[in-house]
Amino acid sequence: MSTTEAIERVPIAVTVNGQLYRREVEPRLLLVQFLREELRLTGTHIGCDTTYCGACTVQLNGAPVKSCTVLAVQADGGEILSVEGLEKEGELHPLQKAFSEHHGLQCGYCTPGMLMSAHALLAANPQPSARDIRKAIQGNLCRCTGYQNIFKAIEAAATELRGDG
Amino acid sequence: MYPAPFRYHRAASIGEAIRQLSELGEGARPLAGGQSLLVWMKMRFGDFTDLVDIGRIPGLDAITHDAKAAQIGALATHARIARSPLAKLLPIVGDCANGIADNQVRSRGTIGGSLASGDPACDWPVLLTVLDATLHAQGPGGKRDLPVDGFVEDLYVTRLKPGELVTGISFAMPAKGSAGAYVGFKRCAPAYPTVSVGVQLSLQGEQCEDARIAIGAAGLTTIHARAAEAELKGKTLTPANVARAADAAVAECDPVEDQRGSIAFKNSIINALVKRGIEAAKRRCHGETVEVSHEYY
Repeated sequence: MSTTEAIERVPIAVTVNGQLYRREVEPRLLLVQFLREELRLTGTHIGCDTTYCGACTVQLNGAPVKSCTVLAVQADGGEILSVEGLEKEGELHPLQKAFSEHHGLQCGYCTPGMLMSAHALLAANPQPSARDIRKAIQGNLCRCTGYQNIFKAIEAAATELRGDG
Repeated sequence: MYPAPFRYHRAASIGEAIRQLSELGEGARPLAGGQSLLVWMKMRFGDFTDLVDIGRIPGLDAITHDAKAAQIGALATHARIARSPLAKLLPIVGDCANGIADNQVRSRGTIGGSLASGDPACDWPVLLTVLDATLHAQGPGGKRDLPVDGFVEDLYVTRLKPGELVTGISFAMPAKGSAGAYVGFKRCAPAYPTVSVGVQLSLQGEQCEDARIAIGAAGLTTIHARAAEAELKGKTLTPANVARAADAAVAECDPVEDQRGSIAFKNSIINALVKRGIEAAKRRCHGETVEVSHEYY
């Protein structure tokens, strides 16, 4: 197709972290670009951009997705939770605190994606086994930590969220 | 990376999708979860002028079964299949659904998309060949059924006709005394398997009445390993017979050397996975609960 040909923009309405946004977008706009460039929510990172690394993970209708491989138009009518939605009234989410306390991050590039995968895990399974935690973040690559402190952080946050710590 | 520009259409029904795909012609593709198609488009593979979004068509994601047969709609995601009662009843289905990529991809990717992509590394064509499943398609010429075995004719080429959609699959429930296992070997979770093997056995004690074996990522299409099956049918599952089946399976495969390994390396993995699949299937036939998961380097 000739790129000079006008492509009709598509109206979408997406709720992000509880706030409804209406925009007209190019069909090829990816969800991660919609979040970062249209809404200026740059907490969601673009890592590999090939559906491998998981840095761009957000939740779409409660399920973790790689937002580099979802079109913004596919999210029309949906609810997105991105890393910016974890903090409440200036208070970090227990997962965020645990990542900080347990050194679950070094360079921090993978962290927003890790948090969103971990958040989805704990929402579905408040008492995950070590194996459940490993499986939950299989799609999130970290090149710094060696993962051990990430596992510890998620475990600690699970305990905290259950209130039996 | 942006895909090249394309026009976006949303279909509310299968009929509308077929109409749109037929009218828009060769450059139009159906979009389901997009976990294969969008990856291709970002790499600028293909020349797609129009996407018809079938992802919201109601009722196309049902997963049902009774004593006789199981049906899975094209839009059922890997994650939903993994959590379904069907996967609990048939562990081989859970092995496959749970082993596909990672949570994120499983939330979006669909069984119909996995089949229609024609990728020899996809897991579902292997599993469904082993279960002798039927693929349901619908197009401008109406509905038709075709076997999943042979549905992918060549690399990324399927038997779908222009304007035709995968609407679902179905298969007969395995009889009592029949069980299977699906194992993959991968570099890491998000990667396609380096190779994968599905095995379904019907046992009478130690005697193998029937066997189905298929192998993924070991050639241009899914390999239905008939010679390997012949080494097991009517025989007891002695280590020697299992080894002969594994050797026969390797001989039927035609893996390519790539970044995932040499041909010799892949052949050794196929050999090991066939044996592992047979062992797990055998134990499941005998009523044991066997945990099977994809293995990593």
